[in-house]
Amino acid sequence: MSTKQSPDTATQPTLAVADLWKIFGPKADSLIGTPDAELPRSELLAKTGCVAAVKDISFEVAPGEVFVVMGLSGSGKSTLVRCLTRLVEPTAGKVVIDGNDMTSASAAKLRELRRNYVSMVFQHFGLLPHRRVIDNVSYGLEIRGVGKAERRQRAAEIIDLVGLKGNENSFPDQLSGGMQQRVGLARALAGDPSLLLFDEPFSALDPLIRRDMQNEVIRLQADLQKTMLFITHDLQEAIKLGDRILIMRDGALVQVGTPAEIVAHPADAYVKDFVSDVPKSHVLTLRYVMRPPRPDDSHEGPVMSSDTIVWQAARAALESDHVVQVVDDGRLVGIVDDAAILRVVVAEEDAVESVSV
Amino acid sequence: MSTLAAGKTRSVDSRVMPFVRSQATLLSLLAVVVVWVVVWSMTKGQQTLEIGGAQLTDAHQWFARRAHSIEDSATAGTNPVFVATNAVADALNWVVEHLQMLFTVPVFPRPVPQVGWFGIVAIAGWVSFAVAGLRSLVLVVVSLLVFGALGLWETSIDTLIITFVSVALAVAVGVPIAIWMAHSKAVTAIVTPFLDVMQTMPSFSYLLPIAIIFGIGSAAAVVVIFIYAAPPVIRITAHGIRSIAASTLEATESLGQTAWQRLTKVELPMAKRTIIVGVNQTTMAALAMAIIAGYIDSPGLGQNVLSALQRNQLGNAAVAGLAIVLMAIMLDRTTTAASESSRSTKAPGAADPRWRRYSLIGGGVATLVAVWLSHTQLSLNTFPSRPDIGTPIADVVDNFADWLRRDLSGFTGSIQVKFTNFLLNPLQDLIANSPWFVTGAVILAIATIIGGWKALAVSVACLAGIYYTDLWNNAMITITSVLVATVIVMVLALALGVAMGRNKRADQLIRPLLDAAQTIPAFIYLIPILILFLPNRFTAIVAGVIYAVPVATKLVADGIRGVSPTTVEAAESAGTSRLQMITKVQIPMAKSSLVLAANQGLLYVLSMVVLGGMVGAGALGGDIVTGFRQGTFVGRGLAAAVAVVLIGIMLDRITSFGAQRTHSVWPASADNTRATGRTAAAQVA
Repeated sequence: MSTKQSPDTATQPTLAVADLWKIFGPKADSLIGTPDAELPRSELLAKTGCVAAVKDISFEVAPGEVFVVMGLSGSGKSTLVRCLTRLVEPTAGKVVIDGNDMTSASAAKLRELRRNYVSMVFQHFGLLPHRRVIDNVSYGLEIRGVGKAERRQRAAEIIDLVGLKGNENSFPDQLSGGMQQRVGLARALAGDPSLLLFDEPFSALDPLIRRDMQNEVIRLQADLQKTMLFITHDLQEAIKLGDRILIMRDGALVQVGTPAEIVAHPADAYVKDFVSDVPKSHVLTLRYVMRPPRPDDSHEGPVMSSDTIVWQAARAALESDHVVQVVDDGRLVGIVDDAAILRVVVAEEDAVESVSV
Repeated sequence: MSTLAAGKTRSVDSRVMPFVRSQATLLSLLAVVVVWVVVWSMTKGQQTLEIGGAQLTDAHQWFARRAHSIEDSATAGTNPVFVATNAVADALNWVVEHLQMLFTVPVFPRPVPQVGWFGIVAIAGWVSFAVAGLRSLVLVVVSLLVFGALGLWETSIDTLIITFVSVALAVAVGVPIAIWMAHSKAVTAIVTPFLDVMQTMPSFSYLLPIAIIFGIGSAAAVVVIFIYAAPPVIRITAHGIRSIAASTLEATESLGQTAWQRLTKVELPMAKRTIIVGVNQTTMAALAMAIIAGYIDSPGLGQNVLSALQRNQLGNAAVAGLAIVLMAIMLDRTTTAASESSRSTKAPGAADPRWRRYSLIGGGVATLVAVWLSHTQLSLNTFPSRPDIGTPIADVVDNFADWLRRDLSGFTGSIQVKFTNFLLNPLQDLIANSPWFVTGAVILAIATIIGGWKALAVSVACLAGIYYTDLWNNAMITITSVLVATVIVMVLALALGVAMGRNKRADQLIRPLLDAAQTIPAFIYLIPILILFLPNRFTAIVAGVIYAVPVATKLVADGIRGVSPTTVEAAESAGTSRLQMITKVQIPMAKSSLVLAANQGLLYVLSMVVLGGMVGAGALGGDIVTGFRQGTFVGRGLAAAVAVVLIGIMLDRITSFGAQRTHSVWPASADNTRATGRTAAAQVA
């Protein structure tokens, strides 16, 4: 996985979303900007017959970043990702991918952008049952007009990359769910897009396969450095894959931040409830458990970076008789003692117990 | 609070109302009938509007003048509509004639057709191998050889030519319409009623008008077949495209495909198998109609059947019937195999595509050689007259028919006489011998009780139309036959359908029989029924029952099977007996299917009872048939055709509106069943 970092604001973002709205229902566009649009969902529905699926969402995704949008079903996350390529037409707002304005593009321009800049992986795969694996993977190239020999060669490379070598001539219904989704992934990668969108791609898979596929994405991300926007309802998955996470509820943005930020400082009770089951020691870095250094602190204990995950630091910290010194770029920024480590680990055991009871 | 209370009242009403309604309905129907019988006993025989069998009224003359003026302006070619229909007729005639000149009709100076039997067998074998595989090749080749050995080579090939031209037209016109329907709700809303009419209108009623417009012969035959056979491929194709998974469309859309790419690379390939199923249904319907089109001088086996029936040569009719059944099986199996092989290429262990390609090329070369040989060698051009299996079969059937007439028809005849005297005649006396305004009022009352105000409005219009055709009395006789046959159909459909719905083994046993009965062109079972019961109303009713029972039974069975298993289980755990289960749970819950079955049963019976006109059923069917045979009666034939359509519309609307009132979700399921009802049956499991 890429190192967790904030996006570099100096370069152009791969994806920029500004003030995006999607309201389903009669005369939806006339609602934007009125006080009605701010109403809670049920009141809006009762009053206007409209449903606000995406409410005023803005965010940016930097090149090479894995950005996760997380929410429960009905939170509007699938609609959000469809608005980005206008599979669902947004009601208002602006989407820019690699400097190209998606929202104002003509039908022909939009088709060209879909072909060259952005690909999507779907929850239910959406493969063509009458085509072999290799022809499914090369479908995007085929509709662009790439010649048969060239697209076959490219597809074969990608099939190899996603670990499907040997299955080129199978039909989709001869493959397991996990393998079918690898085909979906290969199809998305074949066009070499700037941005990959994943709409709950692993929700339909069983847990072991899901873990394999998550690791596959991490491996591909390390190899290819693609920019990814990943939709999920599973916080564990969001934390495992995401450089940053955006949490949605009822169509609105609740919180956006790194996994550690969200676990350490949940924005409200809703997010807090969400993160309560997360093993904090596996998410939090020392930055979130350290205290400011004091003059009387020992300088003989281990020295660790502030980005170190707590559970990775725990053994060394507890075995040492001295406190851990936390440094950023060689500068001492804080101190972590055994009690701070134990607070995270023990709190977690409480959480686990309360779950298992 | 007040709105809540109102909502509650309404929901209670809707649950209680059907029950109350059905009690009230029964009582008021009974009251109507009692009043009717009383009035009838005092007034019978007066103002029945009966006219003589050969009588032509002003209305009939008017119809005849319309027909002649249409014929005249069609020949003159001044009216733009007829310019168009003439162009269509010319094009269709040109295609059929040229195919005939190639395969069945010699062109001077050659004494024989361009391609002889050997070449045709080779072409048909190669095509069936290409689309449907080796087994179909064998079936097709054997079938063609049998047609020849039956002594029916030319007319069989003519039937195939007419059928294929019609199916090609139906596909060429129907598939684009279906694609449009699949993408546009508005187009669906506009086209669907037309398809409904095309499928429910008894085919005999538009035979004559179409023949007048397009001229008697091949063109009119193709148009008539098109009207009858195009709806299945249109509906099924639209359904196939519409039911492609949204996730697949979305995924391919996200890759940036154009609308044309979506159609050609995603929708048509994914719907291919369904489309071929539609082609299968359309082919079967086309064959059935191609036989009936013999009435308007379409070339083919219909001619053989007709002339044999007209001369009472049952043996020859049976031989032609045998050829038709064989042709139906051949076309059904081949198109079914084509739809299956369109999928089986992906099965592991499927034949190596290269082997297939080589054998196709080799077969193609062999076919060309065979065509050339049949062009040059007389013995390979004219089908050999020996072996002749047609004559012995005809003899056997004639002998058998004689035996039946001698030894069995006394028995079957007595059944027929008893049925006619004790059921048919009294009922007909009541319906047709009441004064016309009494019967009319009774029909309107019944329509209102069953179908409500909308049914009343439609019935008023239809009855008025029937009145002005001057064929009121004959129409009432036809209605009597239709009602009697429908009652029998429903009794049989209930018995068989409940058994099938409740018992899997019964289903497995009965369903293939029903499938077979639907696959065989209706014309064919007229022959044995004729032998047993002689030409009369009863024979037509029996034929109508055989024609309608399969559809009605399947609808009942599906309805019974559709009852939620949880409900059945719950009723069982409450100690319900088997009879109680059927009468108190399954039949009431399947009520909407039963009404739909009755609706379809009525329409099927109606179209068959008209066909029965040629086997002595008289009434409207007789008028139509006479209209074909004798030019002077064209006007009366047309009037009868109009009356039949009006009866069809009236009975259809009364039952549909009635069904909508019993069950609010009916229209949707009716649509489905309509889409497939008439046609989906031929899929032998």
